[in-house]
Amino acid sequence: MLKIDNLHAEIDGKRILNGLSLTVNAGEIHAIMGPNGAGKSTLAYVLGGRPGYEVTGGSVTFAGQDLLDLEPHERAAAGLFLGFQYPVEIPGVSNVQFLREALNAQRKARGEEPLSGGEFLKLAREKAGLLKLDMEMLKRNVNVGFSGGEKKRAEMVQMGILDPAFAVLDETDSGLDIDALRVVGEGINAIMRAENKGVLLITHYQRLLDVVKPHKVHILSGGRIVKTGGPELALQLEEEGYEAVAA
Amino acid sequence: MASASALSAMRPPSNRDEAWRYAPPTELEQLDESQLGWRSLSVAEGETEIETLIVRAGARASIQRVDVQLDRHARLATHVVCGSRNFARVEFRVRLAEGSHFELGGVTLGGGETTHEIVTHVVHAEPGATSSQVVRSVHWECGTGNFLGQIDVVRGAQQTDAAQDFKGLLLDKGASAHAVPQLEIFADDVKCAHGATVGQLDEMARYYMAARGVPPEVAKRLLVRAFIADAFVSVDDEKESERLLELALAALEGAEL
Repeated sequence: MLKIDNLHAEIDGKRILNGLSLTVNAGEIHAIMGPNGAGKSTLAYVLGGRPGYEVTGGSVTFAGQDLLDLEPHERAAAGLFLGFQYPVEIPGVSNVQFLREALNAQRKARGEEPLSGGEFLKLAREKAGLLKLDMEMLKRNVNVGFSGGEKKRAEMVQMGILDPAFAVLDETDSGLDIDALRVVGEGINAIMRAENKGVLLITHYQRLLDVVKPHKVHILSGGRIVKTGGPELALQLEEEGYEAVAA
Repeated sequence: MASASALSAMRPPSNRDEAWRYAPPTELEQLDESQLGWRSLSVAEGETEIETLIVRAGARASIQRVDVQLDRHARLATHVVCGSRNFARVEFRVRLAEGSHFELGGVTLGGGETTHEIVTHVVHAEPGATSSQVVRSVHWECGTGNFLGQIDVVRGAQQTDAAQDFKGLLLDKGASAHAVPQLEIFADDVKCAHGATVGQLDEMARYYMAARGVPPEVAKRLLVRAFIADAFVSVDDEKESERLLELALAALEGAEL
C-alpha cells in the first residue's frame, strides 16, 4: 500500500534521511521508533509534502501512485492522513468550517458529492463521541486554546471524519495522560484497523503500542531503518534502550 | 493670512501634507477640487445610525470624505469595504459630543499597483464618549494599504474610551502597508488604546490545511476571511456582516464589486 524505496531527504541542505526503505501492506500497522534526531518527524513531513523538505533520492509509491509527485492537498485527497506532532492553531477558523471544507474538497477531488451541513455535523458528532471530545470543542477555532491532550484527540477526530486509507501518525501519544492515551489508541484502532487500510505509527513509547498492537516495529536511526521486528522489538527497546538494540 | 489660507485650501493635497503622505503622488496630481469635498453626516441626540460604504472598482480615483457630528449619546457605526482597482481613500472627520459613540469597521483589499487608504480624525470633544476603529488591509502584487488614524481627546473630555486597531496582511513580496496612529490626549482620566501589526499568511496554517486536503486557494480564502472578520465583529446583523465579508472576499478573488 505504501512503499518507500531508498528515500533520501534534506532540510536546508542538511541530510536527514539516508536511504530509508519500508513497505506497509494494506491491513497492517507499523510502528517506527528511534532516538531523538533519527529523522522520524522528517519522514512524516516528507510523506506529507511539507514545503522545505526536499527529497534528493528514492521513491514513495502510495496506492499505485507516485506520492512525491502530488501536492500536499492532493496527497490528502488520495487518502493519506498526517497526524501532526504539534497540531497547528488557526485563529478565526472553526473546526467545523475547516473540516467541512477539507472533507468536501477531498470528496470533490474524488468525484463524490459534497456533504450537506446536517450530514457533516452528524458525522462530526459521531467521531467526536468516539474520541470523547466535547462537540462544543469542534465549534471553536482550530486548536486555539486546546490543551496538549485535546489537540491530539481533535487530531484523531479529524482523522475519523476524513476517513483516510493510510495514516502517518507522528507522536500522537506525546502529551497524553494515561486515560487519554487509551482513548486515542482505541480511536486509532476503531478508525484505522481494517484490511484495506494502513498505519505508520511514529512513537517513542511502548505504552501506545499496548493499545494499538503493531504488526511490525522498525527502528529508525541515522535516517534509515536499522532493524525490523515484531511487537517484541518494542518491548526489548523499552528494556535495553536504542543503543544496545540497534547496534 | 486670510489669503494664505485661501490659497492653501485651493492647493491640491501633496505628500508633504501629513494626512496624504502615503498617497501615490501621480494620483494626487490628477485630483481636482470637486473630488475633495466633505459630505456632512449628523446624528441627533440619542439616535443610532449605520453608514456603509462600498468602494467598488471604478474608472478613476475615489475619494470619499465624511464629516461626522455626533450629538449627545448619539451612535454611528460605519462599515467600509474597499475593493477598488484604483486609488481609493475613505476619510472620516468625527466630532463626538458627551456620551456618544463612533464605530468604524473597515477592510481594504487590492492588488496591482493600487493604493487604498482609510484616514480618520476622531475628536473626543466632550466627556464620556467612546470610539472603536478596527481596520484590516489585505494587499497583494504591488498593492498598498494605509491607515492614518488621529485621535484627539480635548481638555476636559474625561472618561473617554478610544481604541484603534490596525492589521495589515501582505500576500506578496511587493505589497506594503503603512499604519500611522496619532494620539493627542489633553485629559487625564481616559482610556486610549492603539495597535498596529503587519504580517503574512501563516505558512504552517496553510500547510496544515493542505495536509487535510484543502486546496491552496480555498485555504487562502479561509485565512483571509478569518483575518478580516475582526472588522465586522461588531455588526449586530449577522446577515449584513456575512454580506460584507463576501463582498470583501469577492474583491480578493478579483471580482468587480
